[in-house]
Amino acid sequence: MNARTRSDWMAPVKSGLMGGLIALLIAMVGLVEVSVKRPILTADGRILLSVGQLLLLLPIILMCYKAVQVFAAGCEKVTDRLGLLATGALSGFFASLVLAALVLLGRVINLRTVFIRASPDLFNTLTFGLGLGGGSVVLLLFGALLGGLVAAITLLPDRIRRPLVLGLALVPLAAILTSALFAGRGFSVPVALLVGVVAAALTFAWRQTQPKLQDRVAALSPSGQRTYQVFRWLLPVAIVLALPRLGAYPSEVLVNVGLFVLMGLGLNIVVGFAGLLDLGYVAFYALGAYAMAVLTSPEMTWHGIHLTFWQALPFAVLASTSAGIILGIPVLGMRGDYLAIVTLGFGEIIRLVFLSDWLKPFLGGSNGITRIPKAVVGSIALDNSPKLYYLILAGCVVAAFVAIRLKDSRLGRAWMAMREDEDVAQAMGIDLIKTKLLAFATGATFSGLSGAIFASKLTSIYPHSFHVLVSINVLGVIIVGGMGSIPGVVVGALALVGLPELLREFAEFRLLMYGAALVFMMLTRPEGLVPEARRKLELHEADGEV
Amino acid sequence: MLRRLLRRVSGTTVFMWLIGIAMLVVVVWGVYATLSSGRYKASDWIDLTVYGIAQGSVYALIALGYTLVYGILRMINFAHSEVFMSGPFIGYFVAMALSQSGFFNRQPFVSLIIVLLVAMTVSTTIAVLLERIAYRPLRRAPRLVPLITAIGASYFLQYTFLGLFGSGIKGYPEVAQLKGYWPFPGTSSGILRTQAVVIVSAFVMLAILYVFVQRTKTGKAMQAVSEDKDAAALMGIDVDRIIVITFVVGGALAGAAGVLYALLFKQVKFDMGFLPGIKAFTAAVLGGIGNVNGAMLGSLFLGISESLFPNLVLDGLGLPAPYQLKDALAFIMLVAVLIFRPTGILGERLAVKKA
Repeated sequence: MNARTRSDWMAPVKSGLMGGLIALLIAMVGLVEVSVKRPILTADGRILLSVGQLLLLLPIILMCYKAVQVFAAGCEKVTDRLGLLATGALSGFFASLVLAALVLLGRVINLRTVFIRASPDLFNTLTFGLGLGGGSVVLLLFGALLGGLVAAITLLPDRIRRPLVLGLALVPLAAILTSALFAGRGFSVPVALLVGVVAAALTFAWRQTQPKLQDRVAALSPSGQRTYQVFRWLLPVAIVLALPRLGAYPSEVLVNVGLFVLMGLGLNIVVGFAGLLDLGYVAFYALGAYAMAVLTSPEMTWHGIHLTFWQALPFAVLASTSAGIILGIPVLGMRGDYLAIVTLGFGEIIRLVFLSDWLKPFLGGSNGITRIPKAVVGSIALDNSPKLYYLILAGCVVAAFVAIRLKDSRLGRAWMAMREDEDVAQAMGIDLIKTKLLAFATGATFSGLSGAIFASKLTSIYPHSFHVLVSINVLGVIIVGGMGSIPGVVVGALALVGLPELLREFAEFRLLMYGAALVFMMLTRPEGLVPEARRKLELHEADGEV
Repeated sequence: MLRRLLRRVSGTTVFMWLIGIAMLVVVVWGVYATLSSGRYKASDWIDLTVYGIAQGSVYALIALGYTLVYGILRMINFAHSEVFMSGPFIGYFVAMALSQSGFFNRQPFVSLIIVLLVAMTVSTTIAVLLERIAYRPLRRAPRLVPLITAIGASYFLQYTFLGLFGSGIKGYPEVAQLKGYWPFPGTSSGILRTQAVVIVSAFVMLAILYVFVQRTKTGKAMQAVSEDKDAAALMGIDVDRIIVITFVVGGALAGAAGVLYALLFKQVKFDMGFLPGIKAFTAAVLGGIGNVNGAMLGSLFLGISESLFPNLVLDGLGLPAPYQLKDALAFIMLVAVLIFRPTGILGERLAVKKA
């Protein structure tokens, strides 16, 4: 192996500093401060590890891992084990150096006049409550140790490493989920060890037995295979149906996730299938909600019509669909960026018009519309989240079914051809006008449905619920999940809507995380978490051509 | 003859023309009704126009950032509105420090120049970082990818500032010498001193930029890169360097625009970038995106019409509280321009080109 040059040692320092800077940013925007009370590991009622501390550790761990990878790249098998460990420790050390510098700075001058989150609490968290001198030393040692550990884990053989990493990752996840769902107090050390070991053992066992199981299934008789398939489907369906049993608050979260899944399925057709970046998507959501409100609320007396939820639903959806077509016509000739900004304009125009005094007698202006009745099925009023959940679920299932069926239909293939290249698609005989308008109309329909349910869920709507940020949220959902991927929408909505709602303290940081997620996904994994096969091919086309 | 005409005119074209005619009728009717009612004096119109020019000259500084980047990378730098916000935001802390030490009151103009320089530096840094981290790795990616990145970066920056510095409105210190009017000679009306300062400094900067782009070697290189990147590279132009310079210029102008904006409105807030950003973009499109002169012209046009429109048109139509729809005007103009003349007033090439 070649002798290490100076630049080899600069790389871990650089990635360490980078990790430290990211951790610094996380601390200074206040993410740590709000989540330091949410426990993961506890001992005798004291918090050993909190979500806030984990958030600080994550970027450092990731950057150490990156440094180690850079070090290991280029040689088939790592022979210089000590060098590898040193690389990890070095980058961990420099990452914690950044944080230690912050602590020092914070003690010398009062950062708080400018950075409102630079509180003494934060410095206490950073120094493990040991004060400036001792704390900084411990912090630096801890960083180096952490980096070394990361490097050590990469040295383990694959068979052991994977279960170990999974176990390590699952413990905090499980602890956070239980603490959010059941107001738990995190795991005590023995429980955490138990969870980790069980998770690791299960992964280990699963990886050993999975090939055999697959052979067994393949060897089953046809009728046995059918039963197996039925059970494979029944289990998730049963889980999805039983979810509201978790309680009122989780159901509330799920209902919100459902609303975003519905909108995401719609926007997925427009952006994911047809490649038309629509930033004014919230307009159709607003129209669906307002149509529902105007038609059903007893406050709205100017038209003399009062419908029930189910009577108004078709009209609300129809209103959004036709708006999708009407707003679609002017933008037919536009592509890419222009389309994005014009649709953004449409969304804002609609919100400003709803907000203005001009239409106040008809749409309530800034006071919004209240007293929207709840939906009633038979004799049951869907007046709480566990019941509303089923309504949303039904809507999502219908929408997902439509989206799945459309995807490989003639129309769906036309959308994808258009996404690839409009000119070629047109040359192939695709009617661009019809295809584009159908994309806008279908997307708007789903969004309108979501809006209508939203209105009856809240029983009151205000123009400020329909800010352009909602469009960005939905865009984030489908980008993170994977453009054009239908399961991706669900995953994206769970991750971007469900998680921040479960962990309430992060609510104010939602958009910060959306923004970061959009940039991060585009830079590292543009095809999303659950990629759609064809989309992935397109995005990595360039890599293959080299 | 008629049949041939009918075949060429599709349903959608007719629909768009109908919208266009309807808009025109509304505007003409509103103007007529307002003017014939005689509710406003001539001096009112002058005040509004001056305000519009001040606003428009700030838009022009921002719009140039959009136009320069679009000309070169063919992408809308969505995060430019945050580049605009970041400068005066950090500048605020400098201004507060200066004002606490009493320096601001002793030397208001020196202080303002210090704040301006700080703001320009911060905005430039953010713009360059954006290019380096978010846009450069994606230069060969499909069209939507950098656009989505830009949107993400915009929200990330906005909410990072919210997290770092809080959500409150931050009031800029007032400059005592800039209070009040400078009267126009021979008339009863005058010009607000802040507005005069804003207009003059904006025009000075625009002039400097104009000379930079048209006369210097780097400026010419920028034009060449915007015309054809590959050919420019063959001519020995370092394309990466030119792109960075474009972001530097755009960032510096946006930072300056931010301080002028703070002078006009006396406050900064983490989300102050969104509306001026989108309006400046509208102005850039209005003038023909990628076209430097067009951006300046479009900005002034947008600024003036935005300040006249509520009183001139909506008031005549008898709408209650017309100023509420002021922001909608920018969006309506954006939509209308893109629909009826996507090339803008001066531009003739970019919008039809496949980005």
